[in-house]
Amino acid sequence: MGVWQSYRLRLQRRRWRIRAFRKRRDLRAIANRTDQIKPSDILVVSTARNEGVRLPYFLNYYREMGVDHFLIVDNDSTDGSLDYLAKQPDVSVWTTRASYKRARFGVDWMNWLQMKYGHDHWCLVVDPDELFLYPFCDTRPIRALTDWLDASSIKSFGAMLLDMYPKGRIDSEPYLPGRNPLDIAAWFDAGNYTISKNPKYGNLWIQGGPRARMFFTDEPERAPALNKIPLVKWNRRYAYHSSTHTLLPRGLNLVYDEWGGEKASGVLLHTKFLDTFSHKAQEELERRQHYGGSKEYLAYASGLKENPDLWCKWSEKYINWRQLEILGLMSKGNWA
Amino acid sequence: MSVGIVMLVHTALGRAVQVARHWARAGCPIVIHVDKKVPTQAFEAFREQLIDDPLIRFSKRHRCEWGSWGLVAATQDACELMLAANKDVRHVYLASGSCLPLRPVEELKDYLASRSNVDFIESATTADVPWTVGGLDEERFTMWFPFSWRNQRYLFDKFVEFQRRLGLERRIPDGITPHMGSQWWCLTRQTLSAILQDPRRPKYDRYFKSVWIPDESYFQTLARLYSTNIESRSLTLSKFDFQGKPHIFYDDHLKLLRRSDCFVARKIWPHAERLYDAFLGDRTGEANRMEPNPGKIDRIFAKAVERRTRGRAGLYMQSRWPNYGWENGVSAGKYSVFQGFAELFTEFEPWLSRATGVQVHGHIFAPDRAHFAGGQRVLNGALSDNAALRDYNPRSFLTNLIWNTRGERQCFQYGPHDNPKINWHFARDPNAQISVISGAWAVPLFKSNRDFADLRTEAAALQKIEARMLDELRHPDAKAQTRIWTMAEFIEAPMEPLQLLIDEIGQKPSRRLAEAPRLEDLTGFGQFLQNLKNQGMHPHLMGDFPVEPAPRHGQRPARKPYLVKK
Repeated sequence: MGVWQSYRLRLQRRRWRIRAFRKRRDLRAIANRTDQIKPSDILVVSTARNEGVRLPYFLNYYREMGVDHFLIVDNDSTDGSLDYLAKQPDVSVWTTRASYKRARFGVDWMNWLQMKYGHDHWCLVVDPDELFLYPFCDTRPIRALTDWLDASSIKSFGAMLLDMYPKGRIDSEPYLPGRNPLDIAAWFDAGNYTISKNPKYGNLWIQGGPRARMFFTDEPERAPALNKIPLVKWNRRYAYHSSTHTLLPRGLNLVYDEWGGEKASGVLLHTKFLDTFSHKAQEELERRQHYGGSKEYLAYASGLKENPDLWCKWSEKYINWRQLEILGLMSKGNWA
Repeated sequence: MSVGIVMLVHTALGRAVQVARHWARAGCPIVIHVDKKVPTQAFEAFREQLIDDPLIRFSKRHRCEWGSWGLVAATQDACELMLAANKDVRHVYLASGSCLPLRPVEELKDYLASRSNVDFIESATTADVPWTVGGLDEERFTMWFPFSWRNQRYLFDKFVEFQRRLGLERRIPDGITPHMGSQWWCLTRQTLSAILQDPRRPKYDRYFKSVWIPDESYFQTLARLYSTNIESRSLTLSKFDFQGKPHIFYDDHLKLLRRSDCFVARKIWPHAERLYDAFLGDRTGEANRMEPNPGKIDRIFAKAVERRTRGRAGLYMQSRWPNYGWENGVSAGKYSVFQGFAELFTEFEPWLSRATGVQVHGHIFAPDRAHFAGGQRVLNGALSDNAALRDYNPRSFLTNLIWNTRGERQCFQYGPHDNPKINWHFARDPNAQISVISGAWAVPLFKSNRDFADLRTEAAALQKIEARMLDELRHPDAKAQTRIWTMAEFIEAPMEPLQLLIDEIGQKPSRRLAEAPRLEDLTGFGQFLQNLKNQGMHPHLMGDFPVEPAPRHGQRPARKPYLVKK
C-alpha cells in the first residue's frame, strides 16, 4: 500500500471520527452509569430497536461471560425496552429518535460511545441477537481471553457471524423472554462459506450460510457479509468503518494468518431467525433503514413467503464451541 | 537440609502472597524480589501482608525489563540474601510470582534431599537449541544490545544489523562457553555460592550485562563452571509458544497439571481460582513419589503451536487465509477429477462408484447446477448445488466440498463445458488426481441429433477450451497427478488405465476389475471427425482416428471361437 492510499485511509478515519463526534447529539442519556466503569473493565456496546424480548437473555449471557458494563443505544423502541434497560444496574443507556441509516446504520453512535467511554478498554460490539463464542468460553471467562490477547500484543479479535435457524418454519415456536434462543434456532450451515479479501481495507469478506443459500441465489454478491471483528482493545483513535466488518486503521482487520497458520478466532451465533423475524422483516421493509436499500429484507420477505424452512438435510445442530472448532468455523490458534 | 525459594514478583501480588504463604507453611525460607516498577504503595501493602512471617525476607529491588540485566541482578541479590540468612539451605529454587507448586512441598524437599548434590538447570549450547526468538542465537553472546527489544525495537534491529554488517564481535571471556536454558532453576548452595563468590564475577557480570536475555544464560553458563552434577532440565513446568512467551494455565488445565507430576508450574492465570484452590489447599493424604512427567502437556502445547504456525491443511476460514502458495495443502484431502470418461462410457459414474466404493459426482461445475452424487441438491456442510452461488467463488466451492467431506474421497467429472476458472486450482493441487481423455467431448456431439453447422461451431469452441485446460495441466507449476490420453490412445486398451486409476483411488483392496464400463458405440465416429475436418474444423485432441473401420473395442467384440459353452 502506497503512501497516498495510507494517507487517504487516515483522512477517512478522521472523517468517521468527526462524524461520530457530531452524531453524539443524536443521543440522549437515559441512564448514564459510566462512572462505574473501572480501568480494566470489559464493555459491551450495542444498538437495539424493539428487542425487548431478547434483552433479558442477552444481558445475562454476557454478564456470565464476565462483561462488566453495557453501553446501549436504544433506537426509538416502542416495546418498553428503554425502561427495562434503564433499570439494570450495569447498563448505561441512551435513546435516540434519529435515523439509524443516517448514523451509518448505528456505526457513528457506536464509534462515539467507544471514543468517549471505551478508550483503553476491551470493547465487544454485538447486537442483541448475537451471542459471542470464543475458544474455551465454556471454561474460561472473557477476561482470560483479553488477558491472553494483551499478553500476545493482539488488539483485535475476529468472530464470524454464524446464522442459526430452527428446523421447520421459523415461526413455529414462539420465543419468550429469558429463554435461550439456541433452544429454538439450533441449526447452522457448516461448510458453504465463500471468502475473498478486500485489498483496500485488508479484511476478509465472508459470505454464505443459509441466507445466501436461500435468499441470494440470484445475486450471490449481494449476500450479507459475515466477517466481523467485534472485540477490540479500543483506542479513541480507532473507528469502525462499515458495521463491525471493517476497522480503521486497517492493521486491525488483519485477524487472519496469511502464511498457512491459524490465528485464534471466535463466532457470533446470530439468532435472528426466530418467530420474531417475519414481523421484523416486514417492519424493517417499511422503515427502509437498513443497508443497501434494505435489499436483504426484501429478499427475506419474498423468500419467506415461498418457503419459510431454512433447514436442510445437511444442517448441523449446534453443540458447543469445540464442535465449531472442529468444523473449521473458528480456531483456537495457539491458545491452549 | 532444606530448600529455599527465591521468588521474583512483578504482577498479581495477591497471588504471590498466597504462594509465599504456602511455601512458608511448609517451612521453606523465602526471599522475595519485587520489581521496582511496582509502585511503592502497592509494594508496601504487599510487604505488610507477609512481614509477620520470619521465614519471608525481601531483597533489594531492581528494575526488571524483559530480557535485560535487571532480572539477573535481582536474582543475584536475592540469592545472596538467601544463602547468608539461611545457613541450612541446601538447594535454592528460583520461582516467579505466577508459579504454582503442584505437589506438596514435602515431596519437593524429599526429592531434593535424595539428590543433594544435583543442580537442576536447563543448560544447552546455542548450537543445539531451536528455541531462540528473533533469529538471534550465537549472536546474543557476541553483540552489544544497548536498546530495549520491547520498547526500542527499531533501534534494536538497526543496531543488530549494523553490527552484522561491520562484522563487529565481542570477545567472550576466557573459560566460559555460552549456554542457554529456562530461566527457572534449582541450584545447590555449593554451585550457587561458587557463582556468586567467584573473584572473576565482576568480569562476567560486565560481560553479561550486554548479552541479550542474560536471565536465560547467566546462571546457565556459569553453572557449567562449578557444578559437579548438572541435570539439564527445569523442575518448573514452563512451556513457551512460538513468540517466546509462556503458555498460561487455566482452571480447565487442572487434571492435566495433576497428572503431570511436576513440582512447580508457570505461568498461572491470576484469576484461575480453581487451580489456586486445588494446589494451595490442604493436600495431606496425597502420596505421590512419581518423577515429573510433562509429556502430555508438552503435546498439547506443541499442537497449539503447530495449529498457529501450520494450521489445518485445506481449511480456509476467517482466521486462516493463506497467501497464494502458502496454503500448506491447497485442499483438505485427495480427490479425483475425470474428464472425458463419462462421455466415452455409458453409466460411468455408477460403475466407478461400484468399483471403488467412493462418492462419485457428476459434473459439479456444470453450467446448470452442481451435479452431486445421487442427484442431491445440497451436500455435506449444506453446500448448495446452485450454479450462481458456486460460480461466484468456484475456488471456495471446491475447497469447501473437499473440506466438508474430509476423510471420504471424492470423485467428480469435469470437462470443457464446465466452469473453466477452477481448472488451475485442480492443476496446482497435489491432492488432485486428474485423468483426461482428450477429445471425448466429441462423443456426445456425435451422438446428438443436431444441425451439423451448430456441431461444428461447438466442437471448435470446446476444442479450444480443452486445449487451454491441457496447457494448464501441463504447466511447470502444476502439481496435480495428471494423466492425459488422447481418445484414440485410450480406446486402444481402456482397461489398463482404468485399473491403474482405481488402484490409486485405493478404497477397496486391489484386485482385477470384475466388471468393465460399457464403451459408447463409436461406429461412425471416425467418419464424424472426418466430416468436421471436411468442414474446415480440425479436431486434433482425440488423436488419430481412422475413418474406417469402427474401433476394435466396439460394441460387438468378435466371439471367441474356442470358448467352450456348456
